[in-house]
Amino acid sequence: MEGQLKKRIFKDRLFKYLVILFAFISILPLLLILYYITRNGIAVINWEFLTELPKPFGEAGGGIFNAIIGTFFLIVLSSVLSIPFGISAGIYLSEKSEGKIAHMVRLCVVVLQGTPSIVIGIVVYMWFVVPFKGFSALSGGIALSVMMLPVIIKTTEETLKLMPYTLKEASLALGVPYYKTILKVILPTGLSGILTGILLSVARITGETAPLLFTAFGNQFMNYNIFKPMDSLPYRIFYYAMSPYPEWHSFAWGASFILVAVVLGFNLIARGIAIKWKVQF
Amino acid sequence: MKSNIDRSEKVFQGVLAFSAIIIVVLLLAVFLTLAVASLPSVKVFGLKFFFGTTWDVSAEKFGALPFLVGTLLTSFLSLLISIPFSISISIFLGEYFKEGPVSTFLRSSIEVLAGIPSVIYGLWGLFLLVPLVRSLENIFGVTPHGVGILASALILAIMIIPFSASIGREVVTLVPSDLKEAAYSLGATRFEVIKNIILPYARSGIFAGILLALGRAIGETMAVTMLIGNSNFLPTGIFSPANTMASVIANEFAEATGITASSLIYIGLVLFLVTTIVNIIGIYVIRKISLTASKEVT
Repeated sequence: MEGQLKKRIFKDRLFKYLVILFAFISILPLLLILYYITRNGIAVINWEFLTELPKPFGEAGGGIFNAIIGTFFLIVLSSVLSIPFGISAGIYLSEKSEGKIAHMVRLCVVVLQGTPSIVIGIVVYMWFVVPFKGFSALSGGIALSVMMLPVIIKTTEETLKLMPYTLKEASLALGVPYYKTILKVILPTGLSGILTGILLSVARITGETAPLLFTAFGNQFMNYNIFKPMDSLPYRIFYYAMSPYPEWHSFAWGASFILVAVVLGFNLIARGIAIKWKVQF
Repeated sequence: MKSNIDRSEKVFQGVLAFSAIIIVVLLLAVFLTLAVASLPSVKVFGLKFFFGTTWDVSAEKFGALPFLVGTLLTSFLSLLISIPFSISISIFLGEYFKEGPVSTFLRSSIEVLAGIPSVIYGLWGLFLLVPLVRSLENIFGVTPHGVGILASALILAIMIIPFSASIGREVVTLVPSDLKEAAYSLGATRFEVIKNIILPYARSGIFAGILLALGRAIGETMAVTMLIGNSNFLPTGIFSPANTMASVIANEFAEATGITASSLIYIGLVLFLVTTIVNIIGIYVIRKISLTASKEVT
């Protein structure tokens, strides 16, 4: 009896320690990744790396300025394309939440979110690269905006659903038309939630490479024309990482450091907005 | 004045409905584009596409079995590796340490892990996992490629842990406390409560989390493309280089024309359908759980 009890207590302890051990082993890769990126990345980053164009192999130096600018262009393009649609579709879902169309749209949002990014790359290639006979930053922006939409729609819908009904009633009772109630009362109140969603979706697409392979492609020269191929940080990392040259590998680490800093920065700002501007009812 | 408001009202409603319907149209268009563009390949190879083992661009002979096997091996292997970890995290955050600095630290670390771009996982894998796998291969006495199914499965496992863990944590927290208390009052240890009450109760939710992680693993492209070794032959074991459905598209689509492109899009169509089905089942299970949970609360 006594031995039985001891055995049970021992098992209980053992299990707890195992759970703790496994849980902490799983964040070991994260620490390692961050360590590698910082150690290998910081070493290459200097002013030249940030402000100069890539040099052909054999010449020392050079930087990733075009990739930084390209990523910025792609973020702006995809945001401009997806934010208006995303927010208004989110409003639709929260307003007509029980309708047949709403259910269907919701299902489509889920499916779209789960669609592999490479598939979106192929489809946008068929839509915009084949007819216009060339890779372009615009098609890359479109591919990324398709990936942003589900996140924006979902967060907008969920934020607006949390708005108390009394808020809307109060506005309508004052004789404010419905569309103005939504645009001037409900939306501003939920702004922090929507902004969080947008930032999270931007963070998600900033690091996407697969949809850019056949759309924005890459470009070792400077390019401000959105109808031409454009470079991006993730593409440059991929290109350098797969090359056989150690010098380019260290460039890949430098670009990774910047990319991770940007992505985590977006995530942090999003989290900050969510906490600081949280509307309480 | 009045009619002006009415008109704005109508326009507003129209814009909302339009942007909602555009999502449906977008998804249909994605499916149709894939279906139409893969048609030439579907006509030539039909269902035999899935059993053919040769992928020869110059002979225009295409069979996707190596990629199907590659995808199945990498994704299930990665699930197998990730499950003990994601369940541990779920129990850790949902039962042992629900709040406090340790739990906040672990939770935010997992979130950061989910946010790291896949190309960076690939880069890191190339410089840390590949040498690791290579030394493992030397020990086992197989050709030391380094890159291959095992390396890809390892990186995938790391990448999907956050997905199954976050859903697992939620369902573990949803287990009603009266059930747990009843078990404690009968003298059960915490381990027995977890084993006999929490895990059976949260079973379907954990399963759904694993399904969603599977969907993610199947569709993951960049990290796998960088680590799998780009070989179009049927993999012979977990150490052999291979290609998954996603990675073969990433590797070959940019240069492909004609029937080759069409065959790659055929693979893309299959990829799209498989991930869609896996995701829908996962979401359905989760929705069912949250419905029953909300009923029990009220």
